[in-house]
Amino acid sequence: MAEAGGAAPHGCPGTSSAQAGRAAACQGCPSRGLCAAGGPAASDPAIEEIKEKMKIVKHKILVLSGKGGVGKSTFSAHLAHGLAKDETKQVALLDIDICGPSIPKIMGIEGEQVHQSGSGWSPVYVEENLCVMSVGFLLSGPDDAVIWRGPKKNGMIKQFLRDVDWGEIDYLIVDTPPGTSDEHLSIVQYLSSSQIDGAVIITTPQEVSLQDVRKEINFCHKVKLPIIGVVENMSGFVCPKCKIESQIFPPTTGGAEKMCQNLNISLLGKVPLDPQIGKSCDQGQSFFSEIPESPATSSYRNIIQRIQEYCGLHHSQEKRSNQGME
Amino acid sequence: MEAVGERGNLAGVGHILLVLSGKGGVGKSTISTELALALRHVGKKVGILDVDLCGPSIPQMLKVQGKGVHQCDSGWVPVFVDQDKSISLMSIGFLLEKPDDAVVWRGPKKNALIKQFISDVTWGDLDFLIVDTPPGTSDEHISTVESLRPYKPLGAVLVTTPQAVSVGDVRRELTFCKKTGLQVIGIVENMSGFVCPHCLECTNLFSKGGGEELARHAGVPFLGCVPLDPQLTQSLEEGRDFIQEFPKSSAFPALAHIAQQILDRTSPQGS
Repeated sequence: MAEAGGAAPHGCPGTSSAQAGRAAACQGCPSRGLCAAGGPAASDPAIEEIKEKMKIVKHKILVLSGKGGVGKSTFSAHLAHGLAKDETKQVALLDIDICGPSIPKIMGIEGEQVHQSGSGWSPVYVEENLCVMSVGFLLSGPDDAVIWRGPKKNGMIKQFLRDVDWGEIDYLIVDTPPGTSDEHLSIVQYLSSSQIDGAVIITTPQEVSLQDVRKEINFCHKVKLPIIGVVENMSGFVCPKCKIESQIFPPTTGGAEKMCQNLNISLLGKVPLDPQIGKSCDQGQSFFSEIPESPATSSYRNIIQRIQEYCGLHHSQEKRSNQGME
Repeated sequence: MEAVGERGNLAGVGHILLVLSGKGGVGKSTISTELALALRHVGKKVGILDVDLCGPSIPQMLKVQGKGVHQCDSGWVPVFVDQDKSISLMSIGFLLEKPDDAVVWRGPKKNALIKQFISDVTWGDLDFLIVDTPPGTSDEHISTVESLRPYKPLGAVLVTTPQAVSVGDVRRELTFCKKTGLQVIGIVENMSGFVCPHCLECTNLFSKGGGEELARHAGVPFLGCVPLDPQLTQSLEEGRDFIQEFPKSSAFPALAHIAQQILDRTSPQGS
């Protein structure tokens, strides 16, 4: 980020510095107030509590995208469904899109309520080994808007991590809103001492989406969040009548494939547009069971397998380095 | 071009409208851009203020990415899209050193910049100022609506795609408008139906009719459906003027109709 307007004064500490707006050079700079406004958050005792809680959560995966409406929630939900196929695994899905929670609808549990127990909020169970938490369960109706500024959203995310009775979990999947702001900084910060496996980044093929996604990738680098890989969603549509493929969101700059090459990140796969996917999501059903034969579904299966492999590898590496330390 | 008086830099602005949606990726920036182009087409002067700070798309859509913002005595000079200066734009995209730089800001910093965007940009005389927003009902939205309140915005255009998952978020946005006293000009349903260019079969990729149903349910005007049109996506990718170049495409009449309804709404007051 450059200076917020006009020329930066000599010795500008940079807008992302802890000294932003406070250094001697900032005196008299027109952007001083702006730079000083977003100071770094002081370390929060909750981070330690969350670390304790997360000790029994084996893998933590964030689903991110700079762009909205590219399929983060659809992907998160079906990653959860896919991982929960293995009945020996416990899977939890946490929706931190506070202003636009879609997960309850996609998982078919809209209107459910969370219960308070001695050990905290109980998440909502979709299956025996698959549970969900979302701000959607705390609202009184579908018209209820969550008109909150950052600090309140951050407080909610903290509560979701610290006060939900997650229990022993193999995979915690976190679905995020678009952007690189409060929710993203908070989740990374709160999980900072509990090792996130990495982030899956979702995009659509067109440049307008990729340009936001590149920002998200820079965000990951900035906060030192490992990137598991990129999923290109809505990539091509096969007309059900004539079977000819059209590019609805044309990859004018080479799509995710080119971007991944340029940035040296792995492309986990491409998922074609299938109207059945949207329909399944609207009805709250898993398309693994609704349309098991669709090319989109098999592409999803491959991607999930690659994520499982990544997590397995990540886990054994971590174990090794821990043993090395001891 | 006098920038004095109570309204400051917004003194010469006729009507202010916001483009909102609870959901991301439904086409807010597309609709903002195309509305601006359509209004220009009928001879209006239009400004666009892009308050999506983490994911600014409009500079790319108008092919002015990489341009710089200059400072003058009364504030920031917006970027003009054309020779005639009929469309001007302000976006955080112009303030980034590198286009891929991430703006990793929490609320207070975003709010401060939005306030500056609203008070310090020297728009000059405009018929319309279109404010494009990020998805949600949070910092950017509260700050934008609060800062614009003294200037009495005309209202908000809400954009949704037809599927229930999107309509659900837009219902929340309607509540936001109600709570903040922002008038709803109407709802646009975007990406409704895709006509295969090979066999002309229409497929409803993201279902159909959700936007219209929501408008009826909420008792607000329905402004129209904009079909999924690869020509539209392509022209936005390349920063071309869709309204000028593709008058025969399927999305054109829909966009023109939406612009007309907004014009009709302003005509009694005389714009």
